[in-house]
Amino acid sequence: MTLTIPSIHYLVILPVLIFFGASLALLIASAMWRRSVPLAFSTTVSVAASLAVVVVSFFQWHCLDKSGASTTIAHAVVLDGFSVVATAVIAVCTALSSLVARDWLRRENVRGAEYQILALASTAGAMLMTQANDLIVIFLGLEILSLGLYVLVALDRRKTESAEAALKYFILGGFASAIFIYGAALVYGATGSTNITTVSYFLGSNVLLKPGLLVAGGALLLVGFAFKIAAVPFHMWSPDVYEGAPTPVTGFMASIVKVGAFAALVRVMISGLGTQLATWRPIFWALIVLTTVVGAALAVPQRNAKRLLAYSSINQAGFILIGVWSADARGVAASLFYLATYAPVVVATFAIVSVMGGLGDERHSIESYRALARRQPWLGASLAVLLLTQLGAPLTAGFYAKYSVLASAVDAGGAPLALIALLSAAIAASVYLRWTVVLYAEPDEELDVSRVVVPTGTRITIGAGVVVALLFGVWPGPLATLAQHASVYFLP
Amino acid sequence: MTTIPASWYLVLAAVLFGIGAFGVLTRRSALIMFMCIELMLNAVNLTFVTFARTMSDIGGQTTVFFIMVVAAAEVTVGLGIVVAVFRRRSSTSVDELTELQG
Repeated sequence: MTLTIPSIHYLVILPVLIFFGASLALLIASAMWRRSVPLAFSTTVSVAASLAVVVVSFFQWHCLDKSGASTTIAHAVVLDGFSVVATAVIAVCTALSSLVARDWLRRENVRGAEYQILALASTAGAMLMTQANDLIVIFLGLEILSLGLYVLVALDRRKTESAEAALKYFILGGFASAIFIYGAALVYGATGSTNITTVSYFLGSNVLLKPGLLVAGGALLLVGFAFKIAAVPFHMWSPDVYEGAPTPVTGFMASIVKVGAFAALVRVMISGLGTQLATWRPIFWALIVLTTVVGAALAVPQRNAKRLLAYSSINQAGFILIGVWSADARGVAASLFYLATYAPVVVATFAIVSVMGGLGDERHSIESYRALARRQPWLGASLAVLLLTQLGAPLTAGFYAKYSVLASAVDAGGAPLALIALLSAAIAASVYLRWTVVLYAEPDEELDVSRVVVPTGTRITIGAGVVVALLFGVWPGPLATLAQHASVYFLP
Repeated sequence: MTTIPASWYLVLAAVLFGIGAFGVLTRRSALIMFMCIELMLNAVNLTFVTFARTMSDIGGQTTVFFIMVVAAAEVTVGLGIVVAVFRRRSSTSVDELTELQG
C-alpha cells in the first residue's frame, strides 16, 4: 500500500505560515530572553509579519492573474481573489491593532509578549478560514482563531470583568463550534464529503430524495457562523465580551473575526450550498431583518461606548449579510468592499476608545467624550469621521459600502429587505449622530477635562482608519473594482 | 448474528448532542457546561465515524482526530479561564458572574 502525500503549493499557504511562524518565533524568543521581551521587539515582529503578508498577497494576486484560482493540499485550501483580498485586509487590521495594543500595554504596564503571540496565532486562524475549502479546515481555522481570542479577552488580569467576559465567550464560542462541526458531520452524511467543491458538485449532479439531513446540516452550520459574526438571535455574548475585553483586543476581534467568519460563510453558502439557494434564502432574510433592526434598536439606549459599538457592529454584520443573501458576483463584491472598509475603521474607532479609556481602561461612558472635539480638535474630528462612515454618510466609505450591498439586494429581487435595512440604518444613525453631537457639545465644567495623550502607534492607526474612511468614500472606484475582480475569480 | 443498523448510532449521537446542548443551556456551573460541550463534540465524533463506516470512506474517520485535538486544546484554554475566574470568586457558577449586565 502506498501513501500519497498531497502536493503543497507553498505560495498559497504562505500568509498562514508567516503568521504562525512569527507567533512561534516570538514564543521561543520570550522563553529565551533573560527578562520579558521588550514591547518594541514584539510589536516590530507583529507589524513586520503583517507587512510581509501584504507583500505576499501582491504576489498571490499576480499568480492569480496568470493562472486563475487554484486549490492545493488535496483541494482543502484555495487561492482565489476573495481569499487574497480578505487575507490582506486581515493583515492590515492585525498590524494596526498591534500598534494600539503596544500603547495600551505600555500605559497599563503589562509585561510580556503574550498579546502579540496570541494575536498572531489568531490571525493565522482567521486567514486559514478565508482560504479553507473544506468544512474541517474551516473548523480548524475557527478554533485557532477563537482559542487565541479567549485568552486575549482574559488578558487584563487586574479586572474581574475581563476573566468573566472570557468565560462567557469561551462557553458560548465552544457551544457554537460544536454546533458548527455537527452541521459539518450531517452535511458529510448527506453528500459524502466535507470538501466544499465536492459537496457543490454532488448537489449539482444529484437530487436528494430526502434532503432532511442536508437541511439540518446546513442550518447548524449557519447557526455556528451566526454566533461568530454575532447575528441576532445569537448575539447575546457580543456586548458583554466587547465591554469586558481590553479595548485593543475588542478592536482586534471586532475586525478580524468578522472578516474570517464572513469569508468562510460566503464560501460555504455560495460555493458549497449555492444549489440550495431557495432553501437558505428565506432563513437569511429573517436573520438579516432581525440582525439589522435589533442591533440598531438596542444600540439606542447604550451609554457605554464599547457596548454601543458592540450593538452597532451587530447592525453592520446584518448589512454585510445582505451581500451574501444576494448570492451573486455583485453581492459578494459588495460584501467584500464592506468588510475591507469596515474592518480598519472599527480598529481605529476602538483605538480612540482605548486612549479615551485612560489608565485602567475604565472611562468608557459616552459622557466622557463631551466636548472632546473642542479640547482636541484632531482627535474629535477623527472620531466624528469614523462614526459618520459607520453611519453611512455621503463622501465616506460607509456610504458606498451600504449603497452597494443594498443595490445588489434590490437587483436580486430583495427591495423589501433593502428597505428594512435602510430603516435600521436610520435608527443606527441617531446613535452615531448623538455621539458626534456630544463630541462638539459645550464642555461641562464639573467633569475632569484633562487632555488625552495619544501615543504614536495609536495615532498611526487612527490616521489609517480615517484615510480609509475618506479615501474610499471620495474615490471608491479602485477598491470596488478590486472587489469585483476578486469575486469574479471566486465564483465558478 | 444480528448487526446493529447505522441509524441507531446516528440516533444515539443525536441524543448525546441534544443532552449536551440542553446541559449548556440549563446548567449553571461553568465546569458542567464545559463537560456538556465535550459531550457535544463526542457526539459529533460518533456521527462522523458512523457515516464514514456506512460510506466506506476514510475521510470521516480522520476528521475525528482533528476534533479530538481541538477538544483537548479547548480543555486547556477553558480550564485556564475557569481557574482565573475561580481565583477571584471562589465559585464556578455563572450566576455569580455579575460584573457584566448580560
